[in-house]
Amino acid sequence: MSDDPILSVDDVQVSFPVGGLASRSAILGVAGVSFQVRPGETFALVGESGSGKTTLARAINGLQEISAGSITFEGGRIDRLGKREMKPIRKRMSMMFQDPVGSLSPRMTVGDLVTEPYRIHGSDGRDLRAETERLLSLVGLPANFASRYPHQLSGGQARRVGVARAIALDPALVIADEPTAGLDVSVQGEVLNLLNDLRERLGLAMVIITHNLHVVHHVADRTAVMYLGRFVEKGETEAMFSAPCHPYTAALLSANPEPDPDKVHDRITLPAEVPSLLSRPSGCEFHTRCPWAQETCKTVPPPPGDVTCHFPLAPGARPPELESAR
Amino acid sequence: MTTLSVSGLNVWFSTEDGPLHALKDVTFDIPERRIVGIVGESGCGKSTLINAILGLLADNGEIRNGEILFEGQSDLTKLTRREMQDLRGPRISTVFQDPMGALNPVLSVGEQMINIQYRSGQSKAEKAARAIEMLKLVRIPDADSALNRYPHQFSGGMKQRIAIAMSLMMEPALLIADEPTTALDATLEVATIELLQDLQEQIGCSVMFISHHLGVIAELCQDVVVMYAGEVVERGTVRDVFHDPRHPYTRRLLECDPARQTERTRVLPTIPGEIPDLRHRPEGCVFAPRCLERHPGCDMAQSERMVAPGHAARCNLVDQSAAEGESA
Ligand SMILES: Nc1ncnc2c1ncn2[C@@H]1O[C@H](COP(=O)(O)OP(=O)(O)OP(=O)(O)O)[C@@H](O)[C@H]1O
Ligand SMILES: Nc1ncnc2c1ncn2[C@@H]1O[C@H](COP(=O)(O)OP(=O)(O)OP(=O)(O)O)[C@@H](O)[C@H]1O
Ligand SMILES: [Mg+2]
Ligand SMILES: [Mg+2]
Repeated sequence: MSDDPILSVDDVQVSFPVGGLASRSAILGVAGVSFQVRPGETFALVGESGSGKTTLARAINGLQEISAGSITFEGGRIDRLGKREMKPIRKRMSMMFQDPVGSLSPRMTVGDLVTEPYRIHGSDGRDLRAETERLLSLVGLPANFASRYPHQLSGGQARRVGVARAIALDPALVIADEPTAGLDVSVQGEVLNLLNDLRERLGLAMVIITHNLHVVHHVADRTAVMYLGRFVEKGETEAMFSAPCHPYTAALLSANPEPDPDKVHDRITLPAEVPSLLSRPSGCEFHTRCPWAQETCKTVPPPPGDVTCHFPLAPGARPPELESAR
Repeated sequence: MTTLSVSGLNVWFSTEDGPLHALKDVTFDIPERRIVGIVGESGCGKSTLINAILGLLADNGEIRNGEILFEGQSDLTKLTRREMQDLRGPRISTVFQDPMGALNPVLSVGEQMINIQYRSGQSKAEKAARAIEMLKLVRIPDADSALNRYPHQFSGGMKQRIAIAMSLMMEPALLIADEPTTALDATLEVATIELLQDLQEQIGCSVMFISHHLGVIAELCQDVVVMYAGEVVERGTVRDVFHDPRHPYTRRLLECDPARQTERTRVLPTIPGEIPDLRHRPEGCVFAPRCLERHPGCDMAQSERMVAPGHAARCNLVDQSAAEGESA
C-alpha cells in the first residue's frame, strides 16, 4: 500500500452568510483546517457540538462550497468540481449522514435505497436482488426488510440502511458522520467491525465523526479535536487519550460518561458560555472558557501546530482552581 | 403516587407480510419524581412504546391489550384524540428521537418556541424572554438572535438542545426523552444530564429517558428498564441492574459496551445471532436463540421473576439460581 494520502485537506474554510439584508455578515463554520488520511487509515473528528464537523464533512464530499483552501482526493483537486465532475468521485468516496431517517427518501423501499448507488453509478452486471440480500445481511438486517419503507424502521435500522448504501460500491474512502449514534452497543460493534473488516481487506480509509469517545479510542488511528471551526489538537489517538495536551481536549476526555453508577468523576468543568461565531474571542479563542488561561492567551493567538495552545498541559494536569481547593 | 404505570401493553403493526407483534406484555412503572432509563437493542420497541403512550402510533399500529395509567387516573389508551392532545405538551412533553423532525423547518426557532406557550396567557415579549432564558439554559450561543434563525442553520446537537429547551418550557409532569443526547459532545452531554437533573428536581417531574449510551443511563437515571424484542426482560434500580444483571441479555449488553474494554481493540464485542422476526415470535424465551445459557426450560413461555425487591428479570434461570443459593 502506498503511503500517499488518499485525502488531503489544506487550510479549508467554509463561510455562511448570516443576518438580514440590513445587517449582512458572514460566519466561518470551518475556519481553516488541514489534515491528511492515508489508505487503510481511520481518522476521527471529535469536538464541540456546532464546531464545524458536519460542515467539514459536507465540504469534503462536495455538498458544501468552500471559501478558501483546497481538497485533494486520490491525487486530484476536487474542491471546485461541478455536479457532473463530482459523480465519479462519489463512487470512490461515500458519505454516511448524521440524520439517518431524513437522508433516506420516504417513498423508496429499503431494497431500492440500498441498490440506488448501482442505479446511479452503474451496476457492472451485478444481480441487484442478490446485492440487496448481501448488503442487508452485511448490516444485520433480515432480507424481508427490502420491502419496507423508511418510516417503518426504527432509528437504528435506518442507520444500518445508511451504512449499506455507503459501502455498496466498495468505496476507497468513507466519511461517516455519527455512524453509530442511535445503535445499541452490540449493533454498534457490528457496524464498526464491518468497517474495520473492509479496512483490512480493501484498505478502506475512513473519516469518522462521533461524540462517542470510547468508540474513537478503539477505532481511530489519529484524531483531531475541533473547537469553533478549528483544530485545537491533532495526533495519534492513543497518545492523545493518555495525555491530552490542549485544555479543551482534557476537558472533553474528562467528561466522558462511564457505565458505572458509582463512579466518582474527576471532571474538568468548563464555563457554560459558548462564544459566538459572530464575534470570535481575541487571542486564543478558547481563553474565555479555559481554566488555565493566562494574560497572554487573551490577546495573542496561539502558535500554529498540532496543539494550538500557549501552555500545553503536562500529563495529568489539573485546573489551577481545583488544585488550590484541595 | 406513580406518574406512569404501564401494564400488560401489547402493540401490533400490520405489515405486508403479516401482523408484527412489536410490544408484548410490557409492564413497568415510572414513580413520581424519578428518572427511569430505557435501554435495549435497536428495534426492540422503545420508540413504539413512546408513541403508544402518547397516542401517536402509526396508522398501521394498534394497541390490542393493556393499560397505561397516567397519574393514577386516566388510562391513556382510552382517551379521545382531543383529551390526549390536551395532555401532550403541557402535562406530558416529549423530546423525539429525530431532532431534525421535531422542529418545523419553515418556522423560525423563535416562532416555534412562542407558539408552544399558547396557553400561558403571557404577552409575546414575555414568551420571547422565556424562550431566550431556556435557550441559554441549554447553552445555545447568541440566544437572542437564535430566535430569528431557522432549524437548518443549527448543527445537529444545537437542534437537539433546542428540542430539550422546548420540551421543558411547559414544566410537564412527565418528560419523555428519546435519545436526547446522541448529537452532543461529552462536555455538553454531561451538562445536559446535570441540567435535566436540576430541572427535574425544580419542576418535580418524572422522566422516561431512552438511550443506548449506558454511561449516560448510569449517571442520570435511578431506575432502568431493559427491553429485548418488544419485551421487558429486566428492570430494577440502575445500581442493581448494572452491578448485578440477572437476565443473560442484560449481561451481554453491558459486556458489549466499548467503555468496558480497557485494552484498545479494533474488533469490538457483539452479541452473535439475529434479532427474532417479530412476526413469528418464538414460543419460549425471545432471547433463547442467542443465549449462551440456553437450556430446555427456555422453550416454555417466560414470566417475570423477582430477584430482590424492586428487581425483576424475565428468565427462568433467576429462580433456579436463587433456589440453588438457598440450598447451598
Ligand atoms: N446553512 C447554515 N447557515 C448558517 N449557519 C450554519 C449553517 N450550517 C451550519 N451552520 C453553523 O455552522 C456551525 C457548524 O455547524 P456543524 O453542523 O458543522 O457543526 P457540528 O460540529 O457538526 O455539530 P454537531 O456535533 O452538533 O453535529 C454551527 O454554528 C452552525 O450553526
Ligand atoms: N409503522 C411500522 N410498521 C411496521 N413495523 C414497524 C413500524 N414502526 C416500527 N416498526 C418495527 O417495530 C419494531 C420496533 O421499532 P421501534 O422504532 O419502536 O424501535 P426502537 O427500540 O425505538 O429502536 P431504535 O433504538 O433503533 O430507535 C422494529 O422492528 C420496527 O422495524
Ligand atoms: Mg454534526
Ligand atoms: Mg427509536
